[in-house]
Amino acid sequence: MLKETHQISFAEAINETTEQLMSYDESIICYGLGVNDPGRIFNTTKNLVETFGDQRVFDMPTAENGMLGIGIGAAIAGLKPIIIFQRVDFFLLAMDQLVNNAAKWRFMFGGQSNVPITIRLIIGRGWGQGPTHSQSLQAWFAHIPGLKVVMPSTTEELKQLLTASVLDPNPVIILEHRWLYQQKGNVPIQIDNRWLLSEQSNISTGDELTVVSSSYLTTEAKIALKFLQEHHGISIEHITLSVLAPLNTSRIIESVEKTGRLLLLESAHETCSISSSISHQVVASSFDKLKLAPVVMAKPDWPEPTTYSGTKYYYISAYDIAQKICEMLAITLDIEALQKQGHHDVPGDWFTGPF
Amino acid sequence: MMNTKTPLTDKVKVSILSTMLKIRMVEEAIAEQYKNQKMRCPTHLSIGQEAPPSILSALLTHDDQVVSTHRAHAHYLAKGGNLNAFIAELHGKASGCSGGMGGSMHLIDKAVGFMGSTAIVGGTIPIGVGLALAKQIKQERGLVVIYIGDGAIEEGVFYEAANFSVVRNLPVLFVCENNRYSVYSSLDCRQPQDRKIYELAASIGLQSWHGDGNDISNTFQLCSDAVEHIKLNNGPAFIELDTYRWREHCGPNYDDHLEYRPAEEIAYWKSKDPIKLLTKQLLDSQVIDVSVLNTIKNNINKDVLIAFEKAELAPFPASNTPENLTYA
Repeated sequence: MLKETHQISFAEAINETTEQLMSYDESIICYGLGVNDPGRIFNTTKNLVETFGDQRVFDMPTAENGMLGIGIGAAIAGLKPIIIFQRVDFFLLAMDQLVNNAAKWRFMFGGQSNVPITIRLIIGRGWGQGPTHSQSLQAWFAHIPGLKVVMPSTTEELKQLLTASVLDPNPVIILEHRWLYQQKGNVPIQIDNRWLLSEQSNISTGDELTVVSSSYLTTEAKIALKFLQEHHGISIEHITLSVLAPLNTSRIIESVEKTGRLLLLESAHETCSISSSISHQVVASSFDKLKLAPVVMAKPDWPEPTTYSGTKYYYISAYDIAQKICEMLAITLDIEALQKQGHHDVPGDWFTGPF
Repeated sequence: MMNTKTPLTDKVKVSILSTMLKIRMVEEAIAEQYKNQKMRCPTHLSIGQEAPPSILSALLTHDDQVVSTHRAHAHYLAKGGNLNAFIAELHGKASGCSGGMGGSMHLIDKAVGFMGSTAIVGGTIPIGVGLALAKQIKQERGLVVIYIGDGAIEEGVFYEAANFSVVRNLPVLFVCENNRYSVYSSLDCRQPQDRKIYELAASIGLQSWHGDGNDISNTFQLCSDAVEHIKLNNGPAFIELDTYRWREHCGPNYDDHLEYRPAEEIAYWKSKDPIKLLTKQLLDSQVIDVSVLNTIKNNINKDVLIAFEKAELAPFPASNTPENLTYA
C-alpha cells in the first residue's frame, strides 16, 4: 500500500515523528539540554512539552554522562528515553555510560534487561563550528558491539529511521547532520510501528561505478551523480548507508560485483573509519571482481578549522566527487558547472548563523 | 502521615544477625574455594562490611530496588538474591544469576529488586537514579538504594546523578560504605581531610546522615530515618557509614603484610566485628542460645555446600551465547 506523504523539512520530520511516537507509546520520554527552551533543538522538540507534559518532556542539567546513565536506568525500568545532545562533541563526556553500561547491560546480565534508548546527536559543520562542534565520530560508536548507529541521509528516510530507532529494543545512536535540517522531502504522514532499521537503500542504479554515502555527503553525491548522468550519460549506482552498526555490506558487495568500481564517501577521517571497514570487506569478498582498488574520499587528518579560509577545501564537494569519478573511470569531462557558487561554509543562503 | 518506621525488635536483630552470618560464611567459603581455580573471575569480598546492607535490607520491601558496585556480594545476599544462582555465576555457569556472563562483579536478581551491580566505579549511580525516575514517572511504589564506596564520591557522575535526584525529588537512597581505601589508596590522599563525605552530600541537597556502620542499633536508626524520609516523599537521602574490609581489595587473601593500612587501624576495626558483637549481645540478653545460633549456622552451611555442588555440576553457557546476547 502506498503511504500518504506530505512535504516537510528534515527538522519538521523529526518533530512530527517524535510527536507521533509519544502519542503511540506512553513509555517514551524525551529529554536533553534545551529540549524545552525557546530554540527547541532547532524546532525538533516543538510543542512536545505542551502536548505530553513535563514528566515526559524535560530539560536537564548540563551533565551528559550522568543524564545518559539516568536514561539507561529508566530504560531498564521499562521506559523508552529519547535523549538529545545539540552537538556530538558534548556527548563525549558520556562515553563511560554509553560504552560500559548502555552497550553491555543486556550482554553482561545474560539478556535479562534491554536498554531501549535512542540518543540523538547533531553534527555541526561550517560557520566556524571548528574543532569541537563538527566531529563525525560514527566509527567510534560503531566499534562498540551492542550499539546501533544510524545516519540518515535524506528527509524521506528520516521518519522510518527515527521510528525504528525509538522502537528498537537496543541502544541506538542517531547522528543527524545540521546541514540536512532545512532540506524538504516527501515524508509519510503517519508512523508505522512495523518499520525496521533498513540498512542500505538505492538512490540510483547503474553499471559503471558504485558510490556509497551517508548523511550530508549524500546531498553532494546526488548533485554530482545527477550532473554526470544528465550531461555525460554516466550510469552510477548510488547506495546510501543508513545503519552503520551492526554493519551489513551485502547490498554494497552485490553492487560492486556488478560495477567493479567502488567509491566510498566518508564524512569522518579515513583512519579507522566505516569506509575503511567496508573497503576491507569488499576486497576480502570480491577481490577478483574489482577493476580497481576501492577509493575512499574522507576528511583530511586534522580537525575542522574555525577560520573561513580553512574550511574551503576541508569538506568533500559535489565537484570533488565528480572529479574523482572521472579519474576512476579514466575519462575527462567538463564538470566546471559543479563548482559551488557563493559561500562554501553554509548549507544555503538561509543559514546566517549562529549555529 | 503515619509513622512508617520499623522498630529494632529482638526478632529484627536475629534476622540481621542471620543475614550477616550468611554473608560472612558464603564469603569465607568463596575465599576457601578460590584456590581451586574454578571461580575464574576477579572477586571482591564483603567480609567486614556485612553490617550496613544487612541492617538496611531489614527495612526494605519487594517494591524497593538496589544497584551496587564491584563489591556487591553482601548487597546481593542481603536483598535476598538467590544463593545458588550467585555461586553459579562466580563459576561462570549458565545457571548463574547473569547466565554466567557477568561473574562476581555483575550480579542481578530482578525477582528481589536487585537490579544490577557493575565494575566501573560510580557506574551504577545514574542507573539507580534512572530507576527512581521511572518510578516517579510511572507512579510506582518503593525507593532505590544506590550502594557506593568512598571512591565513587570522587567521580563526577556522583555529583551529576545526585544533583538530578534533588532537582526531581526522586525516591533515592545513596548508601556510602566508607572503608577508607580505594584499592590501596587512602582517603587521606584522595579527599580533603577536613571535608566530610556526608557534608558534601548535604551541600548538594541530599538529606544526609553519618554513622559507624558496624554499630547495629545506631545504623538501624539512621537507615530507618532515611527510608522514612524518602517514603514520605521528602526527597533523596544519603547515608555515610564507616566500615572496613578485612581482606585484600580483590581476591581471597589478607594483605596486611603490604602495610598500606596501619596495624592499629586493622585491629581497631576487627575488634568491632559486627557479627561477633551482635552475637554476644543476643546471647548475653538470652534472645538466642547457642543451639539456635548453631542451627542458623548449620542451615547456612548446608545451603552453601549445596550451592557449590550445584555450581560445579552446572554446564557452561553454550558457545553461541555471547553472540546471541549482544543485540536484542
